[in-house]
Amino acid sequence: MDKGIKNILIVGVGGQGTLLTSRIIAQVAVQMSYDVKVSEVHGMAQRGGSVVSQVRYGEKVYSPIIKKGDADVILAFEKLEAARMLDYLKPGGMVIINNDRVDPLPVMSGKEKYPEDIAERIKGLVENTVIVDASKIAESCGNIKAANVVLLGVLSKAISLPEAEVEKAIQEMVPPRALDVNLAAFREGRKLFTV
Amino acid sequence: MKRLMIGNEAIARGAFEAGATVAAAYPGTPSTEIVSNFAGFEGVYAEWAPNEKVALEVGVGSSIGGARTLVAMKHVGVNVAADPLYTFAYTGVNGGLVLISADDPGMHSSQNEQDNRGYGRFAKIPVIEPADSQEAKDFTRMAFDISERFDTPVMLRITTRLAHSQTLVEEGEVQKPELKEYKKNPAKYVMLPGFARGRHVEVEKRMLKLKEFAEETDLNRIEWGEKNLGIITSGVVYQYVKEVLPDASILKLGLSNPLPEKLIESFASEVDRLLVVEELEPVIEEQIRALGIKVEGKELLSIVGEYSPEMLAACLAGETAGQSFSLESQIPARPPLMCPGCPHRGVFHTVKKMKLVVTGDIGCYTLGALPPLQGMDSCICMGASIGTALGMEKARGEEFAKKVVAVIGDSTFVHSGITPLIDIVYNQGKSTVIILDNDTTAMTGHQDHPATGLTIRKEPTRKLDIEALVRAIGIKNVRVVDPLNLKELETALAEELARNEASVIIAKRPCVLLEREAAQKRYYVDNELCTGCKLCIKIGCTGIYYLDEDKKAVINPNTCVSCGLCPQVCKFDAIKVVEG
Ligand SMILES: Cc1ncc(C[n+]2csc(CCOP(=O)(O)OP(=O)(O)O)c2C)c(N)n1
Repeated sequence: MDKGIKNILIVGVGGQGTLLTSRIIAQVAVQMSYDVKVSEVHGMAQRGGSVVSQVRYGEKVYSPIIKKGDADVILAFEKLEAARMLDYLKPGGMVIINNDRVDPLPVMSGKEKYPEDIAERIKGLVENTVIVDASKIAESCGNIKAANVVLLGVLSKAISLPEAEVEKAIQEMVPPRALDVNLAAFREGRKLFTV
Repeated sequence: MKRLMIGNEAIARGAFEAGATVAAAYPGTPSTEIVSNFAGFEGVYAEWAPNEKVALEVGVGSSIGGARTLVAMKHVGVNVAADPLYTFAYTGVNGGLVLISADDPGMHSSQNEQDNRGYGRFAKIPVIEPADSQEAKDFTRMAFDISERFDTPVMLRITTRLAHSQTLVEEGEVQKPELKEYKKNPAKYVMLPGFARGRHVEVEKRMLKLKEFAEETDLNRIEWGEKNLGIITSGVVYQYVKEVLPDASILKLGLSNPLPEKLIESFASEVDRLLVVEELEPVIEEQIRALGIKVEGKELLSIVGEYSPEMLAACLAGETAGQSFSLESQIPARPPLMCPGCPHRGVFHTVKKMKLVVTGDIGCYTLGALPPLQGMDSCICMGASIGTALGMEKARGEEFAKKVVAVIGDSTFVHSGITPLIDIVYNQGKSTVIILDNDTTAMTGHQDHPATGLTIRKEPTRKLDIEALVRAIGIKNVRVVDPLNLKELETALAEELARNEASVIIAKRPCVLLEREAAQKRYYVDNELCTGCKLCIKIGCTGIYYLDEDKKAVINPNTCVSCGLCPQVCKFDAIKVVEG
């Protein structure tokens, strides 16, 4: 039914760098001569709201947005956001979760509780769930902001994107001064995924 | 080599390839990146205009002057520009003019979801709808030819999903720009009644020619599949149709105004069942029905909101897509928020504390309407806050006016807040207006405007002095305050509201996302003094949160930017500066 198309949903909180990550994945797919479409979020939601970018690649891609139930992978920069979009996952699909929390307003104000066990609950529902301490690993590589590239490392290994192609795309799209940290974080990420 | 581009970048590229040399816009999601990208090309002129009407008027002048011209705005921007648009449709062009209308089905970042294809029919101009970035580039380029060939402005109508989706684009050669000869021609360009009557006749003739063109242009194409179902569609929705109903026959309309009636009739006659799939209004469907053709559309598909592949799958193929883990309903929502350190927060905290009636406006500060600040009573369109405040005063009297304040951003004030302020002076209103001057157009991604003193290319220019302007309008009581100095702000508001005259308070502090120096100090909450009263939490800042276990507030060092607002709110002096 999916004609070999890969659907990757990248979810997080406005300002976390989901956009750059989706653009790197898309660039890798371009390098590999796939047809690619990416749907991005600009505007209001970027002010700390939930954000979703979508990358689709394959021989021929029509829609830039992924149908509910068709995502091969959900790459979540924040735990709650993985839960929010979980219905988009394909049966048998994979969820990669950064084990990090960013409290939304109802939690900050003490009105609601952050469901601390949310990552485990997802793991209970979806067998193929990988929980990664991406922020901590990024910090140890030199910058907590490189958490997105740690996740990218996990993802690229999980869906068999060639390491060299991804590194090439990172080199092209990450500012030179942040490159070393990003490459280190990416390699750490790749190490984390073992089948 | 093909390259990924968002639709907006592709449009800029298409205009550049077509030899356009002038572009004007006012920012607005999802249109903003069109002209900001165009400004990156060499040898062209691009500007941020103060508003969409001015942008289009600059475009009209440039077109009459002989240059190919690009004008871009979001859907509601076309409302602002509608006056010149309708009459420019009469005069027609010299250099081709393409107006981009970026619609926002689903209202990702807008106050309504009007369907601007309606403008095409109403103003009698061609409407072109691309379905991916390649088409966005190619159709933009073609739109310039159509504009000149038929002597008409052309609307290229896109939607958020086209504007902000990246798809592959093969770049084309850049046509050498050609400045057409300028000839004085009052019968064409001076729309006095006598001349305009003549032009209206030309408009009708043009529409007939465009109808013929619609039949033959390859902007419209049929993709034959099985003939039991024929679908007519346009724009990005075409992609969802291909995804969900890959076997159906499709008539894809790239030119959706005027419609190719004969093509539609022949397509309809070959399929058993005819269905129009179009987001928002049944613009195409109703015209087809008026031709006497049996057609389905909105009885199956929503007139509200954005379409998606799963929505089409559910409505047309009876599939329910997705697994239902239903976690979404069990977890806290994550609405957008003002940033930590945002100067607007001080204003909304204060108007809420003073229990004022706030006529609001559009910008990042509209987030002040949401919990926990909830400091806004109305928000209609850009510039509406000031006139609305005056109207409230005239309806309910001057005593009521002492509780009413209009709140408007700097970019919005320049866009359309100046004339209503003149109305307050002219008609002797007593209202108080707060101009939130954060030195940028923050909401749409930090574009410059006349009061920032920088052009679209960040070149210095004469800076509009808002304070001097407000005084020149005739406002006698003008004060400039720091919105993060709560005492100063509250005092100013109390004094100005009490006055029997109109006042303007300029709350001046740059947007916290603009380049700033690293904070000099750090704050922490002294647990001995914190009573857990949550006053500091009610300012709705991600820099401070409430820890239920301890019943205390805690500063989040990763997000706090040390703006110093929460210490002013705390009644127990529990928020202190870290020493050393
Ligand atoms: C007619 C129209 N044009 C453009 C927009 C998009 N838009 C919304 S708010 C805004 C300006 C915001 O700037 P400002 O008033 O300075 O407030 P800030 O976001 O900086 O707080 C723009 C351009 C719109 N909603 N309506």
